[in-house]
Amino acid sequence: MTTTLPTAPTAPALPPAPSTARLVGRAVEFWRMQFRRTWRGTWASTVLTPLGFLAAMGLGLGSIVDNGSGADTLGGVSYLDFIAPGLLAASIMQQASFESSYPVLGAIKWAKQYHAQLATPLRVRDALTGHLLWVALRLGISALVFLIVMALFTTFHSWWAVLCLPAAVLTGMAFVPGVFAYAATLETDSGFALLFRFVIMPMFLFSGTFFPVSQLPDWLEPVAYAVPLWHGVDLCRDLALGTASLLPSLGHVAYLLLWVAGGYALALRTFSKRLVT
Amino acid sequence: MQEQSDRQPMIEATGLVKRFGDFTAVDGIDVRVQRGEAFGFLGPNGAGKSSTMRMIGCVSPVTEGTLRVLGHDPAVDGARIRARLGVVPQEDTLDLELSVMENLVVYGRYFGMSRKAAADRGRELLEFVQLEERAHSQVESMSGGMKRRLTIARSLINDPDLLLLDEPTTGLDPQARHVVWDRLFRLKQRGVTLVLTTHYMDEAEQLCDRLVVMDGGRIAAEGSPVALIREWSTREVVELRFAAGDNETHGEKVEALVAQPGRPLQTLVSRIEVLPDRVLLYSDDGDGTVGELHRAGVAPESVLVRRSSLEDVFLRLTGRSLVE
Repeated sequence: MTTTLPTAPTAPALPPAPSTARLVGRAVEFWRMQFRRTWRGTWASTVLTPLGFLAAMGLGLGSIVDNGSGADTLGGVSYLDFIAPGLLAASIMQQASFESSYPVLGAIKWAKQYHAQLATPLRVRDALTGHLLWVALRLGISALVFLIVMALFTTFHSWWAVLCLPAAVLTGMAFVPGVFAYAATLETDSGFALLFRFVIMPMFLFSGTFFPVSQLPDWLEPVAYAVPLWHGVDLCRDLALGTASLLPSLGHVAYLLLWVAGGYALALRTFSKRLVT
Repeated sequence: MQEQSDRQPMIEATGLVKRFGDFTAVDGIDVRVQRGEAFGFLGPNGAGKSSTMRMIGCVSPVTEGTLRVLGHDPAVDGARIRARLGVVPQEDTLDLELSVMENLVVYGRYFGMSRKAAADRGRELLEFVQLEERAHSQVESMSGGMKRRLTIARSLINDPDLLLLDEPTTGLDPQARHVVWDRLFRLKQRGVTLVLTTHYMDEAEQLCDRLVVMDGGRIAAEGSPVALIREWSTREVVELRFAAGDNETHGEKVEALVAQPGRPLQTLVSRIEVLPDRVLLYSDDGDGTVGELHRAGVAPESVLVRRSSLEDVFLRLTGRSLVE
């Protein structure tokens, strides 16, 4: 058989540079292909996380809260309905930080997929943006599953709740580029344990997910407002309960976008420093 | 394109420098590689070979000097140059969770090939590197030699004008090395421009038309393997081994003999090296040298006359001390 292996090229003219969108798309495609190999290990947690949280916290804990003084503090909303959108935002944030930690360090250090990409026409920003978009897509899938489970528990009070999907993804994405940036500075994965224990976990617990931040000690309350997760939780909750008003919601969105943009700029810097030496 | 003529070198570096902070990895080298050439960077660890290769591969910015790859400046056209390169990095960057074929297809996609074109070409290349039966294996399960062959196949997916191989056979067993050499030799015969780094002398001798010996970030010598041996070594080397422990005293005695004016040995032997375990005499006439030593009463436990190799050149130029 005849094969077309490389022969002496007569004139190595350079091809034109492809558009950034194409290059980014090629990076997304890689992660999608990789996910197709590994998704079986992930769907169970995607479905079980919302089921477990809503059943245990919403129904189990909720029956105590609703019969106690909780009902007044929560403004007449059942505890399940109160925490469901908060859990959505918080668990998407948690997944966001996880997806941005080990896979990123792995692509730098272990499997070196970024290095493979950078030997081709892809540039650092293409590899970074492609991976970020892929994580956003993953978060979108998880948020959708979470919302379906929420609907089964009938925790929605308004059709505005469908906007919880982009709101939850945006909440997650407020963290993703920042964690990408952090991951690109690490030599070993022990830095992730610090991140999860001392940053992600406290945020998860104290950003208004399980109780209104007004219940926090006065000195801690402003801290919660600075944390992007609180904005995500508040936004999702307002949308789910139909209590959203335009200006505060736009404020939340703007604040979260600020984190996305700041994180992206930071990630571009740490990625370049790490990958282009 | 008109800017490219046949005489234009594939790589042209002048005063190329790479610094990492205070450390100078590449210290002002000049390199020209012509189309169709098989060119080697030979040197011990830390000589600056990989840093040079990464600059040529347009993944590492040049600190000083000028570099043109395929006639273009990597700082300006890095991504477009990379579109025409094939790269076998020192450490494999295969995705272990994907299958062999998926690795090839995704890599082809990076170059903008359609899935079908990448898969078709992937099948050809797997045949070329004798991995066609492994197309659907997961990469994780493969041996080091197989992974290396897959990396070579992957580097050819875009039909590159210039193939860069950074230590293509390091860590492979002899069988796997010979398979890789055979494939690289075929590519060379087809006129593919190959640039490789190695610290294996036999690899350099087998594959390279021309090579440079690098040491401490500089080029210590340049030429074809034969020319380098002629310039930096003798035709033959006589290796003498004495009883353990006696090597040094005997070595000194032989050294004194060779240094004696008027003796034929003085003209026969152009250089002598006393190593802990043996004495090396560099000569164009090995048998004649052995005869003279015998006449002078030197009685080693064993004598070996061998042809000079690139290894002798290498050790002469880069020294015998360990680089760590």
